[in-house]
Amino acid sequence: MNGLPDLRVKLGKLELKNPVLVASGTFGYGEEYAELIDLNKLGGIMTKAVTLRPKEGNPPPRLVEVPCGLLNAIGLENPGLEVFIREKLSFLRKFDTKIIVNIAGEKEDDYLQIAKRLSKENGVDALEVNISCPNVKEGGLSFGTDPKVIYLLVKRLKEVCGLPLILKLTPNVTDIKEVAKAAEEGGADILSLVNTVLAMAVDVDTQRPKLGNIVGGLSGPAIRPIAVRMVWEVSGAVNIPIIGMGGIMKAEDALEFVIAGASAVAVGTANFVDPRTPLKVIEGIGRYLKDKGIDSFASLVGSLKVQR
Amino acid sequence: MRQVKSEVLFNRKVISGCFVMGLYCPEIARSAEPGQFVHLRVEDREEPLLRRPFSIYRVENEKIEILYKVVGRGTKILSRKRRGEKIDLLGPLGKGFKIDSTVKRLILVAGGVGVAPLYFLTSRWAIAKMREVIVFLGAESKERLLCEEEFKGLGTKVKVATENGSRGFKGLISDLFAKWLSSGQLLSESLICACGPLPMLRKIASLSKRSKAVCYVSLEQRMGCGIGACRGCIIRGKNGYLRVCKDGPVFNAQDIDWNWMP
Repeated sequence: MNGLPDLRVKLGKLELKNPVLVASGTFGYGEEYAELIDLNKLGGIMTKAVTLRPKEGNPPPRLVEVPCGLLNAIGLENPGLEVFIREKLSFLRKFDTKIIVNIAGEKEDDYLQIAKRLSKENGVDALEVNISCPNVKEGGLSFGTDPKVIYLLVKRLKEVCGLPLILKLTPNVTDIKEVAKAAEEGGADILSLVNTVLAMAVDVDTQRPKLGNIVGGLSGPAIRPIAVRMVWEVSGAVNIPIIGMGGIMKAEDALEFVIAGASAVAVGTANFVDPRTPLKVIEGIGRYLKDKGIDSFASLVGSLKVQR
Repeated sequence: MRQVKSEVLFNRKVISGCFVMGLYCPEIARSAEPGQFVHLRVEDREEPLLRRPFSIYRVENEKIEILYKVVGRGTKILSRKRRGEKIDLLGPLGKGFKIDSTVKRLILVAGGVGVAPLYFLTSRWAIAKMREVIVFLGAESKERLLCEEEFKGLGTKVKVATENGSRGFKGLISDLFAKWLSSGQLLSESLICACGPLPMLRKIASLSKRSKAVCYVSLEQRMGCGIGACRGCIIRGKNGYLRVCKDGPVFNAQDIDWNWMP
């Protein structure tokens, strides 16, 4: 096989130049990382969550490093929808990559208002609906665990917004397939799997929680096998594409997700560790396809060989 | 801000549990300002996962040095690095000491390895501007005192406090500083800069405020990205949260809400 393998991928109406995105909350609004890597090379950028009004976030400490992982309770700190549109989106628009805005709310109407407003803006390619943040009291996770609530939320969002809708699901449920099916029935175009795993760490000297918010979300390599398992389960239960994420540090990790059923992947916590990770993953996937003689990325998706 | 693979030039123990590491990184060395830091990946592995931030201690031509204390897994691995090994560095990061031209005197207060950014500041400031610098150096004991000779070598006045009294004033450096302030020796056009443990910084900030002197503090906080994106390393400021990595690590003490500091 000659030349570079074709890495383009179609997630329904959303077409990416390659299957590697950066995950919400780990890349800000791209400004900081633009100084370190060429954002034009990314398949897409999933922004830090945007809420209707500015959000201050949780009290410190907000981060704790744990074995092979990171526990965080940022609490969706963000400047709010209007500042996002004025300052952040106008910056992101300059790049030749897909801009996926992660939106979060405290009640259904918040999501609807944000979606309506963003669907009128240039430069938004899709919305990622955050119904799975473990670090805010109202909304967030509570939206993400009840299939009926999810179905209705997605249905109403589809009525007000023509953009591709990506539902970001939480792993903190008994059966993620039920939640995924509800999102699909409501009309979701794509699923993101998974958000962080609800977790906690205690300082035994002070007998206090290590996070200001007491509990937080675990990310990083520690959760990768959980995320891969969930992608595998959900890919067998729905017919919409999946973006796999959870502890991807290198191309092999991304390929695990793809072979298990993800049509694209997102690099998250690894952006903190090595900002070049997404670019390395893109290169690594290309190399893998070439070495294996696979001529298109799409044929690798869900190619897991299982002896039944 | 650059990401570079930097070669370890040396990694030397200076006192028990404290090391100085020299790193070859021309791009970072050229643009580094006193008070800025580097975010360093101790190993290309998943454990420990995150980078570690270190204040820049010295800059010489194409080399930077960091001064660090072994406190956990990351610094333990770092202490075993040898000459010739490569380390992934992000830097220079953060906002350093912004000193305007009206300042005639620098009053520096350092506790333990908190000397690092203050030494870099002095080396740039004292020599270049021929202005007065007074350094308050604190440590547990004479054996744990850092940089006394180096500061003297830059022509600064050094005042020492040790907790066990084995050298200089017996007690905390903040007590020595308080005593000095109360003797009325703080002249106008002075700027106070402090780096060290949080209880020390809190005292220095409050003493400075009482003396109506401007005080900068260099803060530490556990960091995620180190470049301002993740909002993990925040502290409470007078007008909301501030990122230590991007809005700091050097802050005007007045901009910090000390009631919220742990």
